[in-house]
Amino acid sequence: MEAFNYRKAGSADEAVSTLASAADGKFLAGGMTLLPTMKQMLATPDTLVDLGGASELVGISRDGDNLVIGAMTTHATVAGSAEVHSAIPALAALASGIGDPMVRNRGTIGGSIANADPAADYPAAVVGLNATVNTNKRSIAADEFFVDVFETALADDELVVSVSFPIPAKAAYQKFPNPASRYAVVGVMVAQTGDGVRVAVTGAGPSVFRASSFEDALGGNFSASALDGLSVSADNLNEDIHASAAYRANLVGVMAKRAVAAC
Amino acid sequence: MAAAEPLNTGIGESVTRVEDSRFLRGHGNYVDDIILPSQTYAVMVRSPYARATVNGIDTSAAMGSGGVLAVLTADDFSAFGGLPCGWQVHSKNGDPMTEPKHPILAEGAVRHVGDPVAVVIAESKAEARRAAALVDVNYTEMSPLIDMQGAVAGSAELVHSDTPSNVCFDWELGDEAATEAAIAGAAHVTRLELVNNRLVPNAMEPRAAIGDYNTANGEHTLYTTSQNPHVIRLLMGAFVLSLPEHKLRVIAPDVGGGFGSKIFHYAEEAIVTVASKLIGRPVKWTADRSESFISDAHGRDHLTTVELAMDANGKFLALRATTLANMGAYLSTFAPSVPTYLHGTLLAGTYTTPAIYTNVKGVFTNTVAVDAYRGAGRPEASYLLERVVDLAAIETGIDPVELRRRNFIQPDAFPYDTPVALTYDIGNYQATLDMALEKTDAAGFEGRKAASAARGKLRGRGIACYIEACGIAPSNIAGALGARAGLYEAATVRVNPTGSVAVLTGSHSHGQGHETTFAQVVSDTLGIPIENVDIVHGDTGKIPFGMGTYGSRSIAVGGAALANALDKIVLKGRQIAAHLMEASADDVVFKDGQFSIEGTDKSVGFGDVALTAYVPHNFPLETLEPGLEETAFYDPKNFTYPSGAYVCELEIDKETGVIDIVDFHASDDFGNIINPMIVEGQVHGGVAQGVGQALMEGAVYDDNGQLMTGSYMDYCMPRADDLPNVTVSNHVTACTHNPLGVKGCGEAGAIGSPPAVVNAVINALGDYGVKHIDMPVTAHKVWSIMNANGN
Repeated sequence: MEAFNYRKAGSADEAVSTLASAADGKFLAGGMTLLPTMKQMLATPDTLVDLGGASELVGISRDGDNLVIGAMTTHATVAGSAEVHSAIPALAALASGIGDPMVRNRGTIGGSIANADPAADYPAAVVGLNATVNTNKRSIAADEFFVDVFETALADDELVVSVSFPIPAKAAYQKFPNPASRYAVVGVMVAQTGDGVRVAVTGAGPSVFRASSFEDALGGNFSASALDGLSVSADNLNEDIHASAAYRANLVGVMAKRAVAAC
Repeated sequence: MAAAEPLNTGIGESVTRVEDSRFLRGHGNYVDDIILPSQTYAVMVRSPYARATVNGIDTSAAMGSGGVLAVLTADDFSAFGGLPCGWQVHSKNGDPMTEPKHPILAEGAVRHVGDPVAVVIAESKAEARRAAALVDVNYTEMSPLIDMQGAVAGSAELVHSDTPSNVCFDWELGDEAATEAAIAGAAHVTRLELVNNRLVPNAMEPRAAIGDYNTANGEHTLYTTSQNPHVIRLLMGAFVLSLPEHKLRVIAPDVGGGFGSKIFHYAEEAIVTVASKLIGRPVKWTADRSESFISDAHGRDHLTTVELAMDANGKFLALRATTLANMGAYLSTFAPSVPTYLHGTLLAGTYTTPAIYTNVKGVFTNTVAVDAYRGAGRPEASYLLERVVDLAAIETGIDPVELRRRNFIQPDAFPYDTPVALTYDIGNYQATLDMALEKTDAAGFEGRKAASAARGKLRGRGIACYIEACGIAPSNIAGALGARAGLYEAATVRVNPTGSVAVLTGSHSHGQGHETTFAQVVSDTLGIPIENVDIVHGDTGKIPFGMGTYGSRSIAVGGAALANALDKIVLKGRQIAAHLMEASADDVVFKDGQFSIEGTDKSVGFGDVALTAYVPHNFPLETLEPGLEETAFYDPKNFTYPSGAYVCELEIDKETGVIDIVDFHASDDFGNIINPMIVEGQVHGGVAQGVGQALMEGAVYDDNGQLMTGSYMDYCMPRADDLPNVTVSNHVTACTHNPLGVKGCGEAGAIGSPPAVVNAVINALGDYGVKHIDMPVTAHKVWSIMNANGN
């Protein structure tokens, strides 16, 4: 790891201005991806702006038909929150399956979605539940937020403040974990939302995506059997030593059915 | 005198582990915990390429970096030798194996990713790390040899340019002609090609070493994560650095797991030893986990074709196995012995196969060195044998249990000479198999299978019978087979004046629990509580010359040395007691800590005898030396032969291929057992590693020689929730040739479990006509096979 300047911001505004004054700065949320990356010298920022002092970024609240989760809220907090359990139990379950206890107690929702790891769990929740990502500048619809591998709609100086999840009628997340890393080889969030049925897939492609044929079928008949005979194309799905594209395509179907059954 | 209260700390008691008190409270003392005054830190510069020439190394920028004390390259080690190999195998034509130099630091070429090229020593680890990135090595990258079949092809380029080929040795064992004849005439021959997957040992504690040179007396101390400190002192002192023993002390303190990978002498040990003298300060090196993946010797990595010939009744007639065994880029300390004498000799297994022939080629490749890993050759033998037997059962339609029974060596056939050089002293293979079948309700399997099917799962059941050879011995035979070391063990029993006891043993505990088990042997023999016994190990400055711990040898060889030393203590104690009681030593018996004369009420306690030995006022000084301290060196007459039968039952999810082990039973014959709880723990750990090999673990190199599975993100170590609830049972046939009747238990779990698991997978996939799936049998592989064309 290269030496770097450490700045702890007391508020979101201070974090943004501190970052602006750094030559090559980065926000530090839970650090669960950034710090290992720096240890491997794959990232060498000159300044880290720690968001841990910005208390307005932490917390879970109900805002009408939305559940609003502050960007610096840890996975463990989401997993253990009575508010989340009552509003969107699928979200609490998803958070409880991220990484290991250390990751869950340090990692945050804002850090996870800003990083946009193609195998992370939260992107499936944000897209599957049709959430809105609120930043210091604007609000971004879920379908616009994730762009590509480790790429989002966020500008370099843009900070995720919170994520608003419309409370669905039903939702469930099913994940096929990588046996080594326990990231999602495939993770599928299925939800009955005010916008209709949404099926969001993480892990399988370069970025989270919606399985529109599944959504159409489930819109007519919300049951696992509605997905019989349907599949996503293996074209453009990820391939690595753990799973071929064909296997991932299969797992998308299996996890989607299991998610519907779990709803 | 009233009978002594029972101690409950003797042989056969599940005494809780003495050492756990310090381990569980964080009071262990591992190499990296040791901080010496003025200590400095070493960081290795390692090759990023699998095969390259090193045209030059510019260390100037690194030298100028903050806190740097020295940057060393091969030029700084030119006065020293290469790392030695401790076992010389001969090819079938009589030629000795090819033994290319294994330099401490790369000399003009690098041969695997992770090959050390230079070392930076600095005031802090961070400064050393920063400077290491500034060492400018000028490489010319070349196309590496990764695949073994490619490496042995006639046209292949050479891993070592000064060798005739990449074949290190071309070894054989057994009667080739008789085996060929039996195969040619057999009613049925089952043939199988299989891979024994390469594993990364992944001890919980990464390797570490501290060199500490004392300028006052010219003595070097090396603290190192070793399973055998005396072996390291001998190898490094005599063969690498030319240091005499009395100027080199090697200390292996608490060590957090080894599994074989900490047997070997590694370059870093020599580097910190030399560097400490150069800079006049202690030098510490501690591997990080990424470094461990590319510098610890790996395990297994065999490519084998096996043929099993049978008569019409399923009686085995002959077995032939042809293997390519990966040596990696350099010969690690005991690498050549693993696929040869620890593998070929086990190919009879538990069966009466009359003709066996094996040919093993050791192959150099541009990968990390491969050496002993829990089981070391014996898991590979057990795996190929139990897989081909299971496949033979499928092909002949004979039930796999029945096929094994028809071919077992019978309990009355011992001692039994196999056609591959071993003499089994004792065993009862039917007994452990019967026990394993009964414990796992063999009769109820079809019902359970139907229940699984109703839930959409494929249920499979696999059995595997294994035998292993532990406690490599005797030294003279091992020497004739190529060992360059003795294979005895030493123990000193030092009775203190007030009756407490220190045992100084050459065995080394790095998780096995010797401080408990060895103390139980003392407690049992001398009738004293284990609180009064200290087990001292791991310091060449304290312990007698001993060979350390590997190959399940500690209790079978080290324990035997201890038992013999204790016998000497009792013998001398009887003479002292006889003097005190004015009797003949022949009339003195020793029981429960009391020396007494049978038929009388005369008695004297062990503590009084000990005190008398050191305060010899009333002592037969004319015939006996004062003191009560005895040493025994024990060289076994034969290997020990633990054996057993393992049963695995599992379910496969048809939609995903995921395998869930739902029942696992290990039935073992370890001979007499000192501590059943510790033995069960050893079996659990071995099974965890065996299940890991069978279903999860596998080191994968890409064509450029980069280790694709270089971290826990991609190398799948089994975790608690991956593992079944393992149950165990034991049948005892006591070893016939050591004083405790023990056989050893450290490796059995890792030997018996991989074939049991894979046999169960193939059994579950019976409807798919699958003959074999190579390990690790991942969900992805299983699904792909179930969904291949035609399925």
